[in-house]
Amino acid sequence: MKIGIVCPYTWDVPGGVQQHIRDLAEALIDFGHDVSVISPADDDSPLPAYVVPAGRAVPVPYNGSVARLAFGFLSASRVRRWVKDGGFDVLHVHEPAVPSLSLLACWVAAGPIVATVHTAIPRSRVMHAANTALQPAFEKISGRIAVSEAARTTLVEHFGGDAVVIPNGVAVHKYGKADPLPGWPGPGGAIGFLGRMEEPRKGLPVLLRAFETLGAGRPGLRLLIAGPGDADEALARVPPRLRDRVVMLGQVSEADKIRAYHSVDVFCAPNTGGESFGLVLAEAMAAGAPIVASDLDAFRRVLRGGRAGELFATGDAADLARAAGRLLDDQERRASLSAAASSAVRAYDWSVVARDVVSVYQAVVPGRVAVAP
Amino acid sequence: MAIAAIVGVYVSWRAGRVDRLHARVEAARGALDAALVRRSSVALELASSGLLDPATSLLLAQAGHDARAAARLGSARLGSARLGSARLGSARLDSGQHGHGQHGHGQADQELPRELAESDLSRALRAAFAQPDFRTSLNGQGGAAELLAELEAAAHQVFLARRFYNDAVAVTLSARRRRLVRLLRLAGNAALPEFFEIDDSLVASGGEGDGADMPRLTG
Repeated sequence: MKIGIVCPYTWDVPGGVQQHIRDLAEALIDFGHDVSVISPADDDSPLPAYVVPAGRAVPVPYNGSVARLAFGFLSASRVRRWVKDGGFDVLHVHEPAVPSLSLLACWVAAGPIVATVHTAIPRSRVMHAANTALQPAFEKISGRIAVSEAARTTLVEHFGGDAVVIPNGVAVHKYGKADPLPGWPGPGGAIGFLGRMEEPRKGLPVLLRAFETLGAGRPGLRLLIAGPGDADEALARVPPRLRDRVVMLGQVSEADKIRAYHSVDVFCAPNTGGESFGLVLAEAMAAGAPIVASDLDAFRRVLRGGRAGELFATGDAADLARAAGRLLDDQERRASLSAAASSAVRAYDWSVVARDVVSVYQAVVPGRVAVAP
Repeated sequence: MAIAAIVGVYVSWRAGRVDRLHARVEAARGALDAALVRRSSVALELASSGLLDPATSLLLAQAGHDARAAARLGSARLGSARLGSARLGSARLDSGQHGHGQHGHGQADQELPRELAESDLSRALRAAFAQPDFRTSLNGQGGAAELLAELEAAAHQVFLARRFYNDAVAVTLSARRRRLVRLLRLAGNAALPEFFEIDDSLVASGGEGDGADMPRLTG
């Protein structure tokens, strides 16, 4: 099939949506489909061959943070030209409810459109206010995908109809093998955390409290923390005697992120809520890291009820310390959890997820005989 | 006794001046509030007019809505001395869409303080107007010229009203800081008025328009 994918955010900026589209496009290309992605892009960034740049995005305040979006008539005409030249069998837009290329694509295009919603939409009243322009665009969408139950629920609430849930995939092959970062895990052992330090629901405070117990009893045990946020503020929460054992990497490149998963003996996902799937968990599983995670519904599901990773009582630092401690002491258990995780995560590999996406394409393209992907 | 009378007259003059200054602040506050509300109304009108592409419409609709909501929150919650929450510059997530992409929570569910919401509206308006071909694409469309003129007028009013309000606040604060006023509590229980600081400029900084920008305000 000829597939046109629309990305609403600047391509080269780290982001969940961009990564999703990149992995999806590559999986579809592996299947033999003809894929073109249109995306805002900064002038000097190198782009993969399948990406068509749509001009620069503009940073604007949106939904409580700053987003780089591409709007206006010029962006619309670029999308229109790309659609006209592309001859696509199906258009796949991402985050159509954001004021950017995807919404414009719905506006200018005819033909079958599939939309993937990544975010729960918080402001339905805005949709009503800008109704005149939005409604016709949204009505053109033939098939809707949501990456989580939460996203699906808001889609249904605000636009009626239904959406199929297809969670984010993981490019398992990218995570499977990597060298640990130099000096890691180190003789004393290491626990890893990846995520936004300042977002309380990511659970870093819980892990830091648990580390007070763990670090005290285990000389040489270190904590590896990767992700954006104020390192000094986080370090201030650690008792002074343990501070030299906590290493903050800050925001890391994709390659270093993968290495980070391989650099620890135990990977910790202490999230306290708001996780509809847990991409970080899936990535850690793909890297074969032994995992200790909060007992959230989504995590429990992904970890096969505790067979592919240890679960601890959400928010309970003492329980986390116990669970992590047990794992640190048990080399065999770590190895068996790692194997179980690598096996379980294959269900979330992009090759599987992309197959599901292709069936949605086939469902909306009229008269299309199912072609083996 | 004559001294007591003179002192009495002086004190009552000071008290009267403080009262008048408060009244001036109140009047300026009302005018600023009205100007802000008018600006967000016209922005919302433009957003739902169908004259713009849907993405720009959505952007302005969201920003206008947030400004309205912040105004309601401010006036419902606070007394007459303030226009809205004075919290500025709370840490903003430049999410790179990563945070939102995963599970869509965070800042989006909270009400913005008014200064932030109005500044965001200014930025959204500037961004919309800065798009290439913004004016030419609107040429000839019914009602576009009027709506744009209304929006520019409303934005000018915000600029002026805010300047006049802050002037009134500055003078009042300086009058109330005088020792006699504080000692004798001549201002009664009135709260100190606060400055209202927002980004309300109309032209993207550093940008010289080719006619596509909103007119630069002088002075």
